[in-house]
Amino acid sequence: MEYLLKPWPWYVSGPLITLIMLLLIYFGKTFGMSTTLRTLCSIGGAGKYSDFFRFDWKAYRWNLIVVLGAIIGGYIAVNFLSDGSAIALNSQTVADLSQLGFVNAGETLLPAEIYAWDNVLTVKGMAILIIAGFLVGFGTRYAGGCTSGHAITGLSNLQWPSLVAVVGFFIGGLIMTHFLLPIIFGQ
Amino acid sequence: MKVIKFFLVGIFFGIVLVKSEAVSWYRIYEMFKFQSFHMYGIIGSAVFLGALFVWLFKVFGVKNIEGNQIYLIPKDSGFIRYIVGGTVFGLGWALAGACPGPLYVLFGTGVISMLIVIAAAVFGTFVYGVLKNKLPH
Repeated sequence: MEYLLKPWPWYVSGPLITLIMLLLIYFGKTFGMSTTLRTLCSIGGAGKYSDFFRFDWKAYRWNLIVVLGAIIGGYIAVNFLSDGSAIALNSQTVADLSQLGFVNAGETLLPAEIYAWDNVLTVKGMAILIIAGFLVGFGTRYAGGCTSGHAITGLSNLQWPSLVAVVGFFIGGLIMTHFLLPIIFGQ
Repeated sequence: MKVIKFFLVGIFFGIVLVKSEAVSWYRIYEMFKFQSFHMYGIIGSAVFLGALFVWLFKVFGVKNIEGNQIYLIPKDSGFIRYIVGGTVFGLGWALAGACPGPLYVLFGTGVISMLIVIAAAVFGTFVYGVLKNKLPH
């Protein structure tokens, strides 16, 4: 039980993610979370604006059930399966973040500097969340997948397009982390 | 059972993503700073084992629950969409600290402001769908 409540090491978590992908494949489906964003567009009537959203979204209901489960899984994990231990970040990471004005790095899953309401409800804070979400939604669909569809499933299936997409993920991530975050948050 | 198995996989997925800390903005930042092996270990071991099992499934002709041989649909060919789309997503991933799966899981952990990011991601997907035929792929 003690091991269950502590953060799980990578060599436990990684294979469990493989298991999730294999289960979905065994169920005759595939592991791809960004597809649900497209399904949500279709349910919301986006088919009126683009044939990209005119498909039988009911065939993708199973994926929304996975999402519902994932939301509840997140709730269960933080409320019943956590001992509240901080994230064991590299001390250099904590020091770098403190340079950017991020305090208490690793004590929660997300930084209050981005997700706490008093920061969200400023023009800058709201813009950060909206732009971040927009880039995730636009980019994943343009690339045809996200971490689950390309990095995990696509690479497991030895797909060249997925490798190119993952290289793209890193180009974008490195630009944001090394050049843009210091501009956005630096004093 | 048809629906509940997906629900259970989802719950398991949510728990694994939280317990692995893969939903943490800090872990993503640390990964892009190359300051920890943690995220590379998670993704690397998941891909290594995934490739091994997908290969074994092919070799042994393993059938899925519906009795059909397991087959993963190949990705469409192309380059621009993958490199450009991937880069756009990477920018968002490092800013939000979350990719689509974690967006939902984090909402479940009680971060209500994540709904704004989810709504913006749905809108981003919508804009892609509208512009799709004008974009290079």
